[in-house]
Amino acid sequence: MSTPKSMQSEQQSQASAASGPLMRVQDLSKFYGDIVGCENVSFELNPGEVLGVVGESGSGKTTLLNCVSARLKPTNGTVEYDTRDRGLTDIYKILESERRFLMRTDWGIVYQDAMEGLRPRVTAGANVGERLIALGQRHFGNLRAETVDWFDRIEMDVDRIDDMPKNFSGGMRQRLQIARNLVTKPRLVFMDEPTSGLDVSVQARLLDLIRELVSRMGIACIIVTHDLGVVRLLSDRLMVMQKGAVVEHGLTDQVLDDPQHPYSQLLVSSILPV
Amino acid sequence: MAPRKKTMITVNGLTKTFTLHLRDGIKLPVLADLSLTVRQGDCVVLAGPSGIGKSSLLRCIYANYLPQSGSVKIRHDDKLVELTNATPATVLAIRRTTMGYVSQFLRVVPRVRTLDLVMEPLLALGHGEDEAREKASALLSRLCIPERLWTVPPATFSGGEQQRVNIARSFAFNYPVLLLDEPTAALDVENRQVVVAMINEARKAGAAIAGIFHDKEVREAVGTSEFDLTNHLSNAA
Repeated sequence: MSTPKSMQSEQQSQASAASGPLMRVQDLSKFYGDIVGCENVSFELNPGEVLGVVGESGSGKTTLLNCVSARLKPTNGTVEYDTRDRGLTDIYKILESERRFLMRTDWGIVYQDAMEGLRPRVTAGANVGERLIALGQRHFGNLRAETVDWFDRIEMDVDRIDDMPKNFSGGMRQRLQIARNLVTKPRLVFMDEPTSGLDVSVQARLLDLIRELVSRMGIACIIVTHDLGVVRLLSDRLMVMQKGAVVEHGLTDQVLDDPQHPYSQLLVSSILPV
Repeated sequence: MAPRKKTMITVNGLTKTFTLHLRDGIKLPVLADLSLTVRQGDCVVLAGPSGIGKSSLLRCIYANYLPQSGSVKIRHDDKLVELTNATPATVLAIRRTTMGYVSQFLRVVPRVRTLDLVMEPLLALGHGEDEAREKASALLSRLCIPERLWTVPPATFSGGEQQRVNIARSFAFNYPVLLLDEPTAALDVENRQVVVAMINEARKAGAAIAGIFHDKEVREAVGTSEFDLTNHLSNAA
């Protein structure tokens, strides 16, 4: 895939003064009554790092993702994020308005179902440009230009800019959702099964797009998936979850090639050959 | 006097055992108390019969495998860095600028053009688009991948062509440490000679190389010393 010129020099702006972790999670637990969502999860995420979270359905992956992305208050433990003005700050101890601001600017959230992350009643172009308006950009010409540039990056026909998302195919919606999230140049993006639900041919292209954008822009990422192929290609580090607990955590290649925990061994050995 | 060649890889007392939890926790010992040093300009040929643990040793050095005990150190930014307990970020940094690895199989994102795959490691290091394209093109030409295939993803390539794409990816940047796992296994004579020449050039430029070569001719053409694993594993298997 060829790369538009505008993508080349973005990495510097991302690698700001930060030398410490971008996010620090300590002893995080979430209980639904007696039921364990996730339990005693701790990890740090560095700027630009891609963390994969795998495990079977019900292992607590999505609960964890919701807790660390400020959408579900944990029962115990802390989630700290390196805010631009105050450094590492507990995201559940700041004002709701500050948390909203963080989610609008510094963060992106890519849902499995693209329609959850898109606004169905506005055009594709507005879905992308809207996040810039939320950042205070008002010049229509600039907004339009940046949106067109993003259509180019996600390999979408600019002629479709005024169409509604519901008229797009699943793969196109997902690409649109990614553009909507990345247009504000976030430092951290949460992805929940970004490629499942798409047919395989679209999956490969989307994976390549995500990998390219994330590495060029130096964005840190937490990706929840049950697809080990996806994490092999996208993530630097891997956490394996079972019954709400992290049973193994390490370099992606190492966890997949030499899994230590019985459950990780089961997961890896269960991959179907093609 | 020539400057002293620096130690690039040191392996000390390395022990690797696989525990198969799904097979009643059966233990498979692979490497026991193994030590090895590779200096700049060395090409150490790992020898021994199939199944003796040559690839496992390379994977322990590349940090794909987690050893039970012992130490693996790589010279990175002119300091010997311990890998067995390094953070993923450290391992990735070492892989980015210090240690290259050619596996037997090409494992890449499907549907990405061959040329882009070869450019990718250079772009990740911050090289410019044009420079990366030039270098990648030169490598692909040298490895006799016809230009009409450059814009095609390598999924449909023959085994030998895929292997050469893999080699091009790992030789695009001059890694100070190179691990080669049968890089010439699927190649014909002509291409084998090209790869042999590339390995020797890298070594003469100061790279420290450890590799597995099943072909005797290749072994003799690139190796500066041999490390026979059978002599070093007293109690394994």
